[in-house]
Amino acid sequence: MNALTALPTRKDEAWRYSAVEALVGADLDAWRAIDVPAGESYRECLTIEDSESTELRRLRVSIGESARCELFAVIAAGRLGRIEVEVRLAKGAHFELGGVTLGGRDTVREFVTRVVHAEPEATSNQVIRSVHWGKGTGNFLGQIDVVRDAQKTDAAQSFKGLLLEKGASVNAVPQLEIFADDVKCAHGASVGQLDETARFYMAARGLSPELARRLLVQAFIGDAFVALDDEAERERLMGVALAKLDLHL
Amino acid sequence: MLKIDNLQAEIGGTRILNGLSLEVNAGEVHAIMGPNGAGKSTLAYVLGGRPGYEVTGGSVEFIGRDLLDMEPHERAAAGMFLGFQYPVEIPGVSNVQFLREALNAQRQVRGEEPLSGGDFLRLAKEKAGLLKLDMDMLKRHVNVGFSGGEKKRAEMVQMGILDPQFAVLDETDSGLDIDALRIVGEGINAIMRAPEKGVLLITHYQRLLDYVKPDYVHILSKGRIVKTGGPDLALRLEEEGYEAVAA
Ligand SMILES: Nc1ncnc2c1ncn2[C@@H]1O[C@H](COP(=O)(O)OP(=O)(O)OP(=O)(O)O)[C@@H](O)[C@H]1O
Ligand SMILES: [Mg+2]
Repeated sequence: MNALTALPTRKDEAWRYSAVEALVGADLDAWRAIDVPAGESYRECLTIEDSESTELRRLRVSIGESARCELFAVIAAGRLGRIEVEVRLAKGAHFELGGVTLGGRDTVREFVTRVVHAEPEATSNQVIRSVHWGKGTGNFLGQIDVVRDAQKTDAAQSFKGLLLEKGASVNAVPQLEIFADDVKCAHGASVGQLDETARFYMAARGLSPELARRLLVQAFIGDAFVALDDEAERERLMGVALAKLDLHL
Repeated sequence: MLKIDNLQAEIGGTRILNGLSLEVNAGEVHAIMGPNGAGKSTLAYVLGGRPGYEVTGGSVEFIGRDLLDMEPHERAAAGMFLGFQYPVEIPGVSNVQFLREALNAQRQVRGEEPLSGGDFLRLAKEKAGLLKLDMDMLKRHVNVGFSGGEKKRAEMVQMGILDPQFAVLDETDSGLDIDALRIVGEGINAIMRAPEKGVLLITHYQRLLDYVKPDYVHILSKGRIVKTGGPDLALRLEEEGYEAVAA
């Protein structure tokens, strides 16, 4: 039971919207390190797709000078499904994150990122799309730190939530700590529902409500995979997401 | 094939259709004209089953079935096509994907085999050619960034691909330039002029009717048909206006 004492609380910013009670027994110290050497490129596609309880993935990413790291992820399972990424960018490096959360019932699925622009001229782009129903929750807590000397930083965050039913919710908490002055930081967040007019138009062409919803959701989450330059992987991730939608769990 | 009897409908508690009756037989083209706000688009939406358009009385029979008892997508599969006055944009969904899924969904309901990707593209190319719409337009997202006239032409390409039994075309001619009007008119004839098909053409202008010759022209006013005549009625309307003709 000593794991209990180590559990975070909702007062902790990084756990503010999470299902902390689901953490009992989870290994909170299991961080995986990814080091991308200077000038190299790294890409990884992750999915959380078949857990019923708590599924926690913690990544500590260090991106060397002019190197590039791309992560694409779908969180579609777990009572609590959570991917945490801590990133440190060296000079001229790039970090790309395309993330999708989906879920219903009373699940919580979330991305928590902290991107540190530690040197000048690095860029980062994070695109998160969340689709929820039932009493499902999707979260994106995204912190961006730009240190004093990290001039010409370009950091972008985009979050959009799509609520398929009343009772579902999404939270987006951008947190920017900027200590350099020549910096571009763009972040946008919005929440919406399926476009009723589009749904009727699609029905008028013969698509059932389920098929119309599937197409609209596919278009919505497609944003997160625009930067993924690998058609087969893109289709695999999309497949994982849509399969969850079809099950409506 | 379409029999509308004493149809009454309201939107948000406001009565819009007031006992509208109309019968279109197979092989016929009927034009509906009428002042702004008369209820023409409302009639089209009610026939398509749009949520929020509540039928409070009357009946609609379509090829022997109770149309009002069907879901919107079931009406489409049964052969009903609705050409929108304002075609809807669907960002992120390409025309090709949209129409292929729509066609195959309809075919499935009718117990037909789905069309393969190659067969679908051949069909789409043929119909786009008929309407002189660049095939590249069909690779773009549904109606996104299309000009007003392009949207109307794309709407007719959709009709060509889906090959319906019956088409309700709501002001398909508005927004079209002179050449496009002829192309669309000829397209409607090519796709819908057949002994087993029917068309309800909602329009404000006589010009489209020069290309698509109606068998009957109806004037819709305040939610009901107030006058019915032959093609000459449209000509009289153009010269004298609704006030004089419908009085
Ligand atoms: N959502 C709505 N709520 C309330 N009234 C509505 C709604 N939609 C339409 N109406 C009203 O219903 C009436 C009929 O509208 P409709 O769009 O059917 O007219 P129309 O004959 O197609 O006109 P137009 O020639 O301008 O296209 C109008 O008075 C309009 O204001
Ligand atoms: Mg109208």
